[in-house]
Amino acid sequence: MNNPAEKPEIYQYVGTRSIRPDGVDKVTGRARFGADYFLPNMVHGRVLRSDHAHARIVSINTEKATALAGVVAVVTGADFPDIPRTMIHLGEQQADIRDIAENVMARDKVLYHGHAVAAVAATSLEIAEQALALIEVVYEPLPVVMDLDTAQADDATLLHSDQVTMTMTGPVENAQPSNVAMYMPLPKGDVTQGFEQADVVIENSFQTATVHQGYVEPHATLVDAQVGGKTRIWTSTQGPFLFRTQIAGALAMSVSELQVIPTEIGGGFGGKLSIYLEPVAVILSRACSRPVKMVMSREEVLRASGPASASRIWVKVGAKSDGTLVAAQAKLEFEAGGFKGSPMVPAVMTMFASYNIEHVLLEGYDVVVNKPKASAYRAPGAPQAAFAAESVIDELALKLGMDPIDLRLKNAVDGGDLAVYGPPFEAIGLKQALQAVKAHPWYGQPLAENQGRGVALGFWFNVGMQSSATVRLNEDGAVTVVTGSPDIGGSRASMALFAAEELGVPPDRIEALVGDTESIGYCDTTGGSRTTYATGMAVVEAARDAVQELRRRAALTWELPLEQVAWQQGRAVDLTAANDPLPLAELTANAGQTGGPIAGSAELNAQGVGPGFGVHLCDVEVDQETGATKILRYLAVQDVGKAIHPSYVEGQLQGGAVQGIGLALNEEYLYTDEGVLDNPGFLDYRIPVASDVPMIETHLVEVPHPAHPYGVRGVGETPIVPPMATIANAISHVIGKRVTRLPASPPRLLALIDQ
Amino acid sequence: MSSSRYYAPTQLNEAVQQLAQQGARAMAGGTDLLVQMRSRLEKPAAIVDLKKIDSLRRVDITADSVRIGSGVTGAELGENTALVACYPGVVEGAELIGSTQIQGRATIGGNLCNGSPAADSVPALIAANGICEITGASGERQVAVADLLLGPGRLDLQPGDIITAIVLPKPVAGQADAYLRFIPRTEMDLAVAGVAVNLTLDEQGVCQQARVAIGGVAPTALLVPDAGAALVGTRLDATALTAAGEAATAAARPISDKRGTVEYRRKIVAVLTRRAAVIAAQRTGRAS
Ligand SMILES: Cc1cc2nc3c(=O)[nH]c(=O)nc-3n(C[C@H](O)[C@H](O)[C@H](O)COP(=O)(O)OP(=O)(O)OC[C@H]3O[C@@H](n4cnc5c(N)ncnc54)[C@H](O)[C@@H]3O)c2cc1C
Repeated sequence: MNNPAEKPEIYQYVGTRSIRPDGVDKVTGRARFGADYFLPNMVHGRVLRSDHAHARIVSINTEKATALAGVVAVVTGADFPDIPRTMIHLGEQQADIRDIAENVMARDKVLYHGHAVAAVAATSLEIAEQALALIEVVYEPLPVVMDLDTAQADDATLLHSDQVTMTMTGPVENAQPSNVAMYMPLPKGDVTQGFEQADVVIENSFQTATVHQGYVEPHATLVDAQVGGKTRIWTSTQGPFLFRTQIAGALAMSVSELQVIPTEIGGGFGGKLSIYLEPVAVILSRACSRPVKMVMSREEVLRASGPASASRIWVKVGAKSDGTLVAAQAKLEFEAGGFKGSPMVPAVMTMFASYNIEHVLLEGYDVVVNKPKASAYRAPGAPQAAFAAESVIDELALKLGMDPIDLRLKNAVDGGDLAVYGPPFEAIGLKQALQAVKAHPWYGQPLAENQGRGVALGFWFNVGMQSSATVRLNEDGAVTVVTGSPDIGGSRASMALFAAEELGVPPDRIEALVGDTESIGYCDTTGGSRTTYATGMAVVEAARDAVQELRRRAALTWELPLEQVAWQQGRAVDLTAANDPLPLAELTANAGQTGGPIAGSAELNAQGVGPGFGVHLCDVEVDQETGATKILRYLAVQDVGKAIHPSYVEGQLQGGAVQGIGLALNEEYLYTDEGVLDNPGFLDYRIPVASDVPMIETHLVEVPHPAHPYGVRGVGETPIVPPMATIANAISHVIGKRVTRLPASPPRLLALIDQ
Repeated sequence: MSSSRYYAPTQLNEAVQQLAQQGARAMAGGTDLLVQMRSRLEKPAAIVDLKKIDSLRRVDITADSVRIGSGVTGAELGENTALVACYPGVVEGAELIGSTQIQGRATIGGNLCNGSPAADSVPALIAANGICEITGASGERQVAVADLLLGPGRLDLQPGDIITAIVLPKPVAGQADAYLRFIPRTEMDLAVAGVAVNLTLDEQGVCQQARVAIGGVAPTALLVPDAGAALVGTRLDATALTAAGEAATAAARPISDKRGTVEYRRKIVAVLTRRAAVIAAQRTGRAS
């Protein structure tokens, strides 16, 4: 592998491949995930889920369930507070807290098959299961709305009779009740004029399926509610503070009544930004005055959590014969599921963000359908948008007879260019990433029969936002770093490296921990590729705060002014050279005599994020008699700013590529006509298995982000943006036809080949 | 889960007696049964674990037969080089099941008795003309594998019947078999379609006998005599292979489901037939 920072020149620890602090616990089974928590006197909660995709709830009779021996609580929507419609801030996004409350437990209507309608708590799981079967729900079934066309038909059945189409500034003109929750245009220049200037125009329509994040660990929570006191919630979450906000909102509580304790997390990818079981467990726990544990089955995970939106994108691009892009237009329709809020907005904003194009008109539609409410999934909306955009760019290269990388290089944004959505980019490495792919030895290699090569790029904004960190020095000189960012991708290793570098202490002397909502200041979620960026920045500042204190203690000891004491390689150094250096462990051992314990802390709102650009290259082989696609080799190149821990950066690139391979080839929700998910398990919801994918080769481009002390830019989301387009382009080149619908599962691809 | 009694007999007659009780179920590797219990499709009152009965766990190759104990796992079959030499196709069917972990548990008898139309080891057993040896409360009997299968999950077995072994004829010179399945992934998936071909070539490479069995495309795996007939007397030229494939397509009675459409299954069963025939022919060492 051809990676920088194997031997960092300027840093001692940052950029090394230190051992991850959580590694041993995870491989030995000692790590405790959501379902691994137990309390004395605990009972088990289970959810009764709707067996209709769309229905009015006429009545729920819980008498028999309540009477069953061992049942300690039975609750329905009637036991939950009525929440007024209010938009609340959830970090990167806004959400309607009433929708969240109704998604957690249905009130008058069920909006998808699997929607929660009641819950029980019992002394054993078996009794809880039996009790569910005793609850009698009378439904009045309604016509099901399973796709974009049905939802947007003139006489469409409405999911929400009070919903009208909103824009960023208020309802659309003459707003009527509609399944279209939002319309967002993004205009720039004049597209009509733009297309008039074009020598070549490419136009096509693309579709992607409803898919799931596919995290291995199902949702799990343990709740100990105390009326009038603190309600404690152990849960597998990407954001304990975000969960606190949502749970409090959904239950009309104040955040300070709740303590959210994040457990070790077995994957999230955006899916563990949404609450499902927690409020239900709180209400059950209150009802029976006992701790309640709830764990979803895989089937429940697939039926009722996640998923990521299905989409349909019509797109048209125009270029001069020299390859200069002059116009781009698109209509992006995204399924939101039962409640508004698909990632249509970021899809619109990212779609052509990588290119300089004078005339652009992008229009997005957020459409409700009878499927589970879409949750975030790694670069929400961007992979779907990139599939459409990068497919037509590929087609354009073919038509112009241009190398697909040269065409992209000609139009790619660089530092100083304006993003299509407004602001200018600072230093970015898109061009370097494109050049790195072009220079890669594979790029020019010949292909055999039935083989094809594809290339595509991807963009994600990344975010900064709020983070807190504390750095505490123990008497023995070891260091404890606490942040509020759950570690889903190795971030504890990076936090330890930041602190190590600042303090001059080896990373194995640093324990990086994830705190709960009581033990650390507010932290936004592990999401938006923000953790190493913003929480890392807080760790750096907290460590610098501690270093300042260490210098002060040395200055006190030596009776020198502070400016005469420097901090070098873990030691206080007397710049007057009158005293021998004081190592950190000596300063901490004597801290009691010099003013007490030594620590540093930082609370910040990180501004000026560094966007991520990636370029992927893939060779495929298509069996044209069966429609099966084999990924022969795969390269992911990305501008990562600065790789703090290169292994976990590479892991992010590899993981994104593998998930993207799944989305491109086999993953999709299959629904019956009645709106019932037909493949709620990993047998037929086909995420890739290890033998499906080759080793994903990575190449890190490092263009430091100026706003971060170590040049970090987020890396977690960008890698899932290019794969769908990369693979679709490669397959299209083999079969000589454009793949416009994903996944390109064997039956679907064979039908296209034989068409 | 309500509790079930668990027995682990070491003798076949004990097992037969234990299985005679109401609601008792045989368990070999448990890779189907336990999954069905977990998803609450099955609630046996008693489980009779067959793995401790030695006689079910043997492979015996004699001058004229190959006897595979029903309790032999896929991994054990794969390690048995003498068996692989006789029936590479039967072994590859059984070895395709699941993953490395599953291979250590899943038995050939369990695969057959689970009655899945897509069971991977079954087409090659049918193509090999396999006979099941059955022991039950009413004594012992023999049934051809092809006749045992009545429909999805339905077999010609009485409650308490245990399949003790599957007996295959010893292959003759120039005989070989092959099994190919199609799945969208590379492993951990169920066959959308599967085809086994067992054939014999003479020294000139002309096909003397051929049996083609298809799986995953009808309520049970089945023999397609027309597909075999299309190969006999040929050197497996393109015309013969196409004809065999078409016969397999014609015999298929697939359904559309989450794993594939009727149209798709009909197409690929022909592709698999052609490819499996070529592999089997190559294995005879006599292909032209
Ligand atoms: C992850 C996974 C992947 C899988 N992949 C595949 C695959 O690729 N292809 C495939 O075909 N299958 C697959 N299976 C299904 C299963 O593993 C196979 O069918 C396996 O061969 C079953 O064997 P077993 O010994 O585990 O059977 P068990 O589960 O023990 O038994 C299966 C059934 O047969 C009965 N039975 C078992 N032995 C006897 C006997 N001697 N006499 C009478 N009845 C008996 C049992 O009562 C039960 O009804 C998979 C299963 C899992 C869990």
